[in-house]
Amino acid sequence: MIEFNLQLSYPGFDFQTGDVRLSGEGITAIFGPSGCGKTTLLRTLSGLTRAQGYAKLHGQVWQDANQFVPVHKRRIGMVFQDAALLPHLSVQGNLDYALKRSGMGMSQAKKEQARWVELLKLETLLGQPVLTLSGGQKQRVGIARALLSNPQLLMLDEPMSALDWRTKNELIPLIKEVVEASKLPTLLITHSPEEVERLADDVLLLNQGRVEQVETLQQTLSRANSPLFDEQGAVSVLMGLPGLVEMGLRTIKVGQDNLYISQTHAIHTPDVRIRVLARDVSLALSDPKELSIVNHLQVTIKELIPQGEHRMLARLHLQDGQHLFAEITQHSAQRLTLQPGLVVFALIKSVALAE
Amino acid sequence: MDFLSITSAEIQALLLTFKLALYTTMILVVFGAPLAWWLAFTQSRWEAVVSTLVALPLVLPPTVLGFYLLIILGPYGAVGGTLEAMGLTHLAFSFEGILIGSVIFSLPFAIQPMRDAFAAMPQAPIQAAATLGAGPMDRFFSVIVPLARGGLLTAIVISFAHTLGEFGVIAMMGGSIPGETKVVSIAIYDYTQGMDYAAAHRLSAILLFLSFVILATFYAINRRFMAPIKL
Repeated sequence: MIEFNLQLSYPGFDFQTGDVRLSGEGITAIFGPSGCGKTTLLRTLSGLTRAQGYAKLHGQVWQDANQFVPVHKRRIGMVFQDAALLPHLSVQGNLDYALKRSGMGMSQAKKEQARWVELLKLETLLGQPVLTLSGGQKQRVGIARALLSNPQLLMLDEPMSALDWRTKNELIPLIKEVVEASKLPTLLITHSPEEVERLADDVLLLNQGRVEQVETLQQTLSRANSPLFDEQGAVSVLMGLPGLVEMGLRTIKVGQDNLYISQTHAIHTPDVRIRVLARDVSLALSDPKELSIVNHLQVTIKELIPQGEHRMLARLHLQDGQHLFAEITQHSAQRLTLQPGLVVFALIKSVALAE
Repeated sequence: MDFLSITSAEIQALLLTFKLALYTTMILVVFGAPLAWWLAFTQSRWEAVVSTLVALPLVLPPTVLGFYLLIILGPYGAVGGTLEAMGLTHLAFSFEGILIGSVIFSLPFAIQPMRDAFAAMPQAPIQAAATLGAGPMDRFFSVIVPLARGGLLTAIVISFAHTLGEFGVIAMMGGSIPGETKVVSIAIYDYTQGMDYAAAHRLSAILLFLSFVILATFYAINRRFMAPIKL
């Protein structure tokens, strides 16, 4: 449980979080546009920047009216935007720097080092000076270093904003694995809706220095005007269980339904997320058999939300209650006489794992 | 030139000079580093005043500096008089006196490189060290010193070398007391005045040679190991 209420004002910016409570389980994304105060939130909550107010982790006071615990005594595993490795040390030197100050005994330190070095694939990098690392390698070292400091909380400050898409795609599943394996509460700062959809369990929405909402990812995604929706339009994230691979397609169980995806690489996590763009979902009144689209799901229309440019957003419920958006034209909605309560078939043109 | 005929008085002057340079350098690094840090990052409006005071020895003739120190540290001055009143001795014409003079004389040469190094240092690694559990002193020695090592080395070498070459301040407020204030530069002056050119020559050559070696070593190290570390 993370609780805080922090205030910081300087000319041109007024930061007031109000009373905020975070469950402290899994990944909480701190999301908002540039300049909304995301980094200010992380810096004031960690104690790197001093603010008014209070902050507590699991009931232990980090700051209130009477005391201020300095950042080096808070045991926060911080991963910085540019990794902030110690440039005068090697990769191993950076890891040792954390281990030496972690309070862990020799044998535990060795065990922890071996564990995270393997998971983050750092074996071959240990002897290298950090100046020679690529952006993705730096972040992996930064994550390992944060974990080896024996933290009680992870804070990731836009760890992927400086990475190309390929490196980002490699890092996202690693971050997910790290958080699941370490069981540490994690705050992830990001301005990328995609990162939120792929990683977050909960979302803290920040706008102009104010906390607007703390809710689950599904709650954020269920609003037609969700701040996570960008130029790609509405997005849904379905949770599923990975199944077998047959004829080049992997089965993903979503409730009673099966989805088929063409990504057949090994999956390391027990459950997976599937990201579906609303504009890739079409609706049919009956289940069409003679069609190249393989993913047909029986759904119930919950709501029809008119959008600009003669478009219509349909909020659908799957048989297991998960929610899916379809974006169709208002013309089609009238032609099919769609209305809430109607059971229809959602045809999904493109399905991708969000892992 | 016959270096073997060097006298014990000349050796005494040499040793005194190195003692003075060593003490001066240590004081400048230990007390100058916090001052340089403050100057590099302060928002205080006193920064301009302090910077000016630190830079004054650059522009003032050493004789002016020595003259005021003589007045202040002497038996009737603010500092010297107080010491006398407390039953101690004043500081003019003493080793402690010329040490104070040397520290002030070399202050800008020590502060400037450290200040520049601190200001140019990336802040992120220092903050990262804090999140990893390093307290302020730990961060200073484990991150700040290694990252600012170029500036620190420059401050050490220039302070040391600059003190070796000091003359005017000591001549004004130290006099020429063997073993107490008679450093090499003063000794050379005295020998020259006394027409003992052989002795003046010996000391001059030794000082020239040592200065060359110190600076050459410094530049060689600087080139190889002290390139600023940037990520």
